[in-house]
Amino acid sequence: MSILGTRVLRTEDPRFLTIGGNYTEDLVDERLTGAVHVFFVRSPVAHARIVGIDPSGALAAPGVVAVYTAADLADLPDVPPILPTMNQAMKRPPLARDVVRYVGDPVAIVVTEEAYQGEDAVELVDVDYDALAAVVDIDESLAGETLLFPEAGTNVAIEYGSEADLDSKLFDGCEVVVKHRIVNQRIAPAPMESRGAAAVWGDDGRLTAWIPNQGAQGTKGAMVGMLGIGAADVRVITPDVGGGFGAKFGADLEHVATAWVARKLNRPARWNETRYENLLGMTHARAQIQTVTVGGTRDGRMEAYRLEILQDCGGYPKIGGLLPSLTILMTPGTYAFDRAESIAKAIVTNTTPVGAYRGAGRPEATAAVERAVDLFAAEIGMDPAQVRRRNLLPPFTEPHQTKFGAVYDTGDYEAALDRVLEAADYEQLRAEQAKRRANGDPIALGIGLSSYVEVTGGGAESGEPHENALVEVHPDGSVTILTGTSPHGQGHETAWAMLASDVLGIPMDKITLKWGDTDLIPRGGGTGGSRSLQQGGSAVQKASRELVDVARTRAAEELEANPDDLQFDVATSAFAVAGVPGTSVSLAQLAEHERLFVETDFFQPGATFPFGAHVAVVDVDTETGKVVLRRVIAVDDAGVILNPLLADGQRHGGIAQGAAQAFLEEFVYDADGNPMTASFADYPFPSATEMPSFELVDMQTPTTYNPLGAKGIGEAGTIGSTPAVQNAVVDALSHLGVRHIDLPTSPQRVWKAIQAARSENA
Amino acid sequence: MIPAQFDYVRATSAEHALQLLGEHGDDAKLLAGGHSLLPMMKLRLAMPSVLIDIAGLPDLSGVRRDGDDVVIGALTKHGELAASEILEREAPLVAHAAGLVGDPQIRHRGTIGGSLAHADPAADLPSALLASDGWLELQGPEGTRRVAVDDFFTGYFETVLQPDELVVAIGTPRRMGAGWGYEKFTRRANDWGIVTVATVGGRVALGNMGPTSLRARATEQALARGASIPDAAELAAEGTEPVTDLHADGEYRSHLARVLTRRALTRAAG
Ligand SMILES: Cc1cc2nc3c(=O)[nH]c(=O)nc-3n(C[C@H](O)[C@H](O)[C@H](O)COP(=O)(O)OP(=O)(O)OC[C@H]3O[C@@H](n4cnc5c(N)ncnc54)[C@H](O)[C@@H]3O)c2cc1C
Repeated sequence: MSILGTRVLRTEDPRFLTIGGNYTEDLVDERLTGAVHVFFVRSPVAHARIVGIDPSGALAAPGVVAVYTAADLADLPDVPPILPTMNQAMKRPPLARDVVRYVGDPVAIVVTEEAYQGEDAVELVDVDYDALAAVVDIDESLAGETLLFPEAGTNVAIEYGSEADLDSKLFDGCEVVVKHRIVNQRIAPAPMESRGAAAVWGDDGRLTAWIPNQGAQGTKGAMVGMLGIGAADVRVITPDVGGGFGAKFGADLEHVATAWVARKLNRPARWNETRYENLLGMTHARAQIQTVTVGGTRDGRMEAYRLEILQDCGGYPKIGGLLPSLTILMTPGTYAFDRAESIAKAIVTNTTPVGAYRGAGRPEATAAVERAVDLFAAEIGMDPAQVRRRNLLPPFTEPHQTKFGAVYDTGDYEAALDRVLEAADYEQLRAEQAKRRANGDPIALGIGLSSYVEVTGGGAESGEPHENALVEVHPDGSVTILTGTSPHGQGHETAWAMLASDVLGIPMDKITLKWGDTDLIPRGGGTGGSRSLQQGGSAVQKASRELVDVARTRAAEELEANPDDLQFDVATSAFAVAGVPGTSVSLAQLAEHERLFVETDFFQPGATFPFGAHVAVVDVDTETGKVVLRRVIAVDDAGVILNPLLADGQRHGGIAQGAAQAFLEEFVYDADGNPMTASFADYPFPSATEMPSFELVDMQTPTTYNPLGAKGIGEAGTIGSTPAVQNAVVDALSHLGVRHIDLPTSPQRVWKAIQAARSENA
Repeated sequence: MIPAQFDYVRATSAEHALQLLGEHGDDAKLLAGGHSLLPMMKLRLAMPSVLIDIAGLPDLSGVRRDGDDVVIGALTKHGELAASEILEREAPLVAHAAGLVGDPQIRHRGTIGGSLAHADPAADLPSALLASDGWLELQGPEGTRRVAVDDFFTGYFETVLQPDELVVAIGTPRRMGAGWGYEKFTRRANDWGIVTVATVGGRVALGNMGPTSLRARATEQALARGASIPDAAELAAEGTEPVTDLHADGEYRSHLARVLTRRALTRAAG
């Protein structure tokens, strides 16, 4: 029986749980002997002109090797916004040159002999700032009174459509139209391992850089671009990575600066950031203000939907400026609106730049439409489950093209909704809610729904989504797999070994997975956008099968038989001639005289569209506003599941992160752009105590786009859970007249919403 | 982040600690559990040049009965308080509040003396001991003195403790069987209280409702007059000037104080 589809335990865990991982900061490598330590002087103000920088105090401090400012880094090019369609005047210098644009913006580099000397020395660099008005709020930025980049002439980095494109008749004929402005708040990815780098230049003039990342090849590409050197001159190595969530794709200016310092001083250099720096310096996420309008009939048919997005990019337009395009792509979600439209503006503010984070643009789309559906349901007084059922796209097995350019591969949204409602015992929950309300229970019960479809495996590189793999069988019967994906917690060592073992008949414990060294594996798309299994895993399976074909030809020669007469026995990992007992040759034996390997690419015809439905159950203390998450019941249909244990892990983490956005996390600035949540004492990400045990419901609708039938599972939980929990909180208070509470539904915000509703009713 | 440079000395006795304090003066800080001091040093909000480590002083730890009081050594850790059978019987409010401090790691290092000396208005033990009508024993170069918790806190992170003094013990009247209540309002289990309320024997103490832990005097007086719990609780925020921070503005804090006071009093009465 095949091991595919079974709960194989993670082979990674014994190492992580005993000797632990080997992260960039832990690296012991003789090439790094005598490394200097790199520190960054970061702006303490949100927006200011740099009048002068006096490094003399730092230079006199113990162990300080050098202090560098933007002037020293003149050989590094400014980084343009990531899309050519963005306002090209919004360039980012390698260090802030004349102006700082957010608290945390790197202004100078301090290099020390020992790691502990840096933090003292950083404080001794005297930077003279001339304060400028800080633009913190999105509306304020739009008003354009203060420009972050005066030469750009605007704070708008990019527009996707404009007001002029909107159809003034979109809601004509609708019996009911509901409109609401909703906030999808700024949050911090906060991976357990913060950022870091180690860099050394060899005598051959080549750079070797160890960087925690989500794809060494992409990181190398970014380093090559920012250092302005040839691709052949850079080798990126990926040590263990403690979480990325999208924020560790590519390379940041600190990585480049570390490499630059190593070259300048001709010594190895290391950089490790503190948690405080990480919360300011790593990209933030989400940060959209959305205006949703939905129109339809009193009996529950939703006819028209409009989504208008304002995206906060932070101080420089990075991936944040691209996120709205993904939000727009997924505008209608799982629903069959007759008419739908969406536009977006991405603007800059004096805050940390915004980037990708688990779901990147799609959670924002789902949050918007799911809130809109509930607003509509409340307006017409219909059960939100019924409104959803009435409006879902019917099941389809042939690709469904939306007006926004998405091609949903396969989907059965109603089945997902039915399953989750049944598993939650929705009717019983509603009865319990009615009972509590009748009894005047101060602890209100809230039941929230979400239905979602998202896009995965769109391809980190341009063109048709694809990934490569190399599978090699060694004479001792062991196997090496090289992959262009880049695991950092997902469990590829287990999953990729399962796939190869299943084809080659070689036990998993003899299979080693390698990734994240650009000399060894020059090509690859990395791990992000939930792409790894569908493309990287399919490539491993394809390479393994092709390897058996190659081996068959060799075995035929060895056994002097016709290849077609050979049978490959997976149980023994050997070929035998049909009907001739005693003749057999194993894959390992076939590798004895000549290397036995296959390198192959797997191409997928397009992105896949996993979908699902979540139900969240919350208790809301109407006296204090405190939300306690009681249950999350989730259907996350990601096609065929290779290893339910790994998939469950992805769902657990995703649901927790999404739920945390709903009722806990928010990165807050004061009106002057000072960060208020730059430590874990103030940035409230969840612990296990804030989460219930999740109830995962199985559903597998295969995709036809890859032989595994697999879609992505990495981001699904995050996408489904945020709106389900938010809707549950609002639902708990609907009888009081509460229609909406912005994210996160913190106690004070919930209490104020109750107060406002009560005074309105009174 | 790492702290600024400092020297470290380990005291071998309370007297030794006092002697070291005398030698180093204002530049020195006592180090107990380190769970308030070290975070401040890492943020460079505190930059003592000498740390005098008292954590290992054996005489200053433990819980015992002493006449009508329970006496707790200043270096007794939160976890030990939470698990103390004596406290469980004689002053369960203190044991309960100690069990809600941070998380197990913090309760394993943090000490009651450190918590009171640090005087964070949001901390759990100051309010618990204020409601309990507790006292502190302070030892200085001139000998020891006893200060009621009522008179101990003077302002935000400020107390009557002198720089050359050591908290050696904390005491609370034995209150076996007395009804008590403790309410800690947090967003996450291991957070500091946004507002806390402690009550026992008709005294009510509020945490995070001002610069220090403070008594809800209007509520106490109403109770003494025989007012109902809901009526008395309505007065909980009277006379307070709670701050506005990330989690709560003054209006919401005052509201929480009223709700939590009602709940704590109801629990104490039940
Ligand atoms: C993440 C985190 C969460 C926390 N959550 C909570 C919470 O929910 N509730 C809560 O109440 N507390 C909380 N704390 C604080 C914790 O309880 C501390 O342990 C306590 O406040 C201080 O005790 P300490 O022994 O660690 O003191 P230290 O940090 O060692 O010292 C604190 C101050 O007191 C002085 N000092 C210490 N001992 C004495 C003494 N015997 N005599 C005179 N001066 C002395 C020191 O010089 C210093 O100024 C938290 C701490 C952390 C790090």
